[in-house]
Amino acid sequence: MFKVIDKSIINADEMILNMGPQHPSTHGVLRLKIITDGEIVSHIEPIIGYLHRCFEKHCENLTYEQIVPFTDRCDYLASMHMSHSYSIAVEKLLDIELPERVEYIRVIISELQRIASHLIAVGAFGLDVGAITPFTWTLRDRERILDLFEQLCGARLLYNYVWPGGLSHDLPKNFIQNTIDFLDYFEPRIEEYNQLLTTNKIFIERSADVGVMPLDVAINYGVTGPSLRASGTDMDLRKTEPYSIYDKFDFNVPVGEGLMGTVGDCWDRYYVRVLELKESVKILRQALPSIPDGDVHSAMPKKIRPKVGEVYSRYESARGDVGFYIMSNGKPTPTRLKMRSPAYCNLSVLNEISSGWMISDVITVLGSLDIVLGEIDR
Amino acid sequence: MISIVDSLMNYFSTINFDQSLLLVLAIVIPGVAIFLVMTLNVMLSVYFERKVAAFMQDRLGPMEVGIFGYKGGKKFWGGIGQIFADTIKLLTKEDIMPDDADKKLMFLSPFIIIIGAILTFAAVPFTKGLVVSDFNIGILYIIAMSSVGVIGVILAGWSSNNKWSLYGAMRSAAQIISYEIPIGLTLLLIVITVGSLQINDIVAWQENNRWFILHSPFAFIAFFIYFISVVAETNRTPFDIPEAESELVAGWMTEFSGFKWSIFFMSEYANMLIVSMVGSIVFLGGWLSPFKIIHLSFIPETWYLLDGFYWGIFWLMLKAIILVFVMMWFRWTFPRLRVDQLMYVCWKVFIPFSLANLFLITIWELIF
Repeated sequence: MFKVIDKSIINADEMILNMGPQHPSTHGVLRLKIITDGEIVSHIEPIIGYLHRCFEKHCENLTYEQIVPFTDRCDYLASMHMSHSYSIAVEKLLDIELPERVEYIRVIISELQRIASHLIAVGAFGLDVGAITPFTWTLRDRERILDLFEQLCGARLLYNYVWPGGLSHDLPKNFIQNTIDFLDYFEPRIEEYNQLLTTNKIFIERSADVGVMPLDVAINYGVTGPSLRASGTDMDLRKTEPYSIYDKFDFNVPVGEGLMGTVGDCWDRYYVRVLELKESVKILRQALPSIPDGDVHSAMPKKIRPKVGEVYSRYESARGDVGFYIMSNGKPTPTRLKMRSPAYCNLSVLNEISSGWMISDVITVLGSLDIVLGEIDR
Repeated sequence: MISIVDSLMNYFSTINFDQSLLLVLAIVIPGVAIFLVMTLNVMLSVYFERKVAAFMQDRLGPMEVGIFGYKGGKKFWGGIGQIFADTIKLLTKEDIMPDDADKKLMFLSPFIIIIGAILTFAAVPFTKGLVVSDFNIGILYIIAMSSVGVIGVILAGWSSNNKWSLYGAMRSAAQIISYEIPIGLTLLLIVITVGSLQINDIVAWQENNRWFILHSPFAFIAFFIYFISVVAETNRTPFDIPEAESELVAGWMTEFSGFKWSIFFMSEYANMLIVSMVGSIVFLGGWLSPFKIIHLSFIPETWYLLDGFYWGIFWLMLKAIILVFVMMWFRWTFPRLRVDQLMYVCWKVFIPFSLANLFLITIWELIF
């Protein structure tokens, strides 16, 4: 016997789809609760916390030096940026003047790290839209940067290199020459990526005009970094609030121009990162020859015990505006440490810009936002 | 000699034995032969694909597994032992079936898919005379049988009781059924030109005239429509949306493992070979030697023509492998299309173009 299905019992229109935490393209352990109507997505709820390690609370029981390795583990694709931004905050609290050499080395490794992180972003975005080869090509070139970092501090992913007041090691022998060799190798590769992926018709069809993020939406959600710049503003802390010695270098801030579609679409977010690769190379080319001599440990305090007070520092990491708020009450451990993570804010815009699109487009938008779950969950 | 089944039956009729039993034997022997060809094909194709992928991605690919377990840090035969290692792994792997799955359908679906592939192979010749059965409706039969697999795909997606599988199956059904139409329409071109559906006639026509791809501009366009459509029909990148790795985990194959999954794999690669062979037979002269177009009067033709039974196998397989290589090349170069874009390409580009082609080639045939 056939039963007549009562439509009021079953909601036949929509289906909840749990994407993640074990899913190939949620970039880690993100879970997306997607309400779908067929292929069309009507609502997305990102559920985070699968990688939560109590970073901020843990820091309250650690001395300032001990926190550095923990910051590395936040954004594990741009560890140098995390420890650099934390160190800047602590130095601001301690009011330390750094030697010129330290600042130069920090800029060099930061830009190398930015290249490495953007290579992952560019390649993984290709992977998200289904192209596998760009990912292996970008990882091949990122490998060279990891080799350089291995020479520098012995580690390939979590470096613990930038310390408050200085660096753990001085540059190794031949590091500058090796980096220049790498840049000579790397610069033509950017054109290769463009030929393989950026100008591919299918890639443009998949990413242009998809997930358009207007500037006002981006600002309302607190989106920063390349994702914000793709929406058409040149907000880059390296230019607007120069920290370290970025004001000495001549570089452009790429913004999204909507070359293939609308300003702020996925293609723009992707292409801004490709252009930033070139700008980072430009900064490195200026910084590498003019690196002064000096002792990288000279300004390093024997014991970090700041005065009572609080500090907030901003830093332009590969993903956006990293902020460290540190409150000190004169003890060797911070009373409170709060980290503003850019990927957290960037992820929050996902529902706004990708609902109404298809499931495939959610993956595209997520890939173009370039999130790192270690940083979102902390 | 017309076909394997015919020659077997001719041979059996000379034996004094129960003929109805021998008929079963005459059906089973080619079936086993096709299965062995498919197994060999999947083993070699996977190795080939891994090496092609590695070459395009600046890697080495499988290098470690030596053929006789010879390792010792030395690379031996480019890791060709990987073929056997993979086979053993897939056959001995645990076959996991989800608790809530529809177990009967889940058991059935891989076999429906592979039956579709085996049945298609029955009409695809390897060279002149080396075919299980040379139907008089060969092309029609191939088109019909190659779409049997979609039933298995839908069953697989539905029975695994997984939302990803369901999405994959629904996408796959829409895709395979849609792309059947441009494939059929382009193959109709040669049917119109030759006036026969039989594969032997089609190649004989190309032997007397020229390769069909060079026959007319419409045939040239038709070849590309055919090739892109079969890439879509075999679910290969850039049309691999039913098993879109980054979206649907593994699409309709998500819940399958071990032997069942290897059967899916086997039929996928078999389908690749089938469509490449059909493409080479219909458009690229099948088992004809490419040197046929050269006419040298001062050298005897037999010296350079390289024609005949065994050379026929060689030429057909070479043409098919080149097409398979191009499919692999696509896979490791292109991103994936979206569902609606895929449908757009089929319904708004390929089908109008194929229909126009069909119309124009009839005029072409009337004029010339």
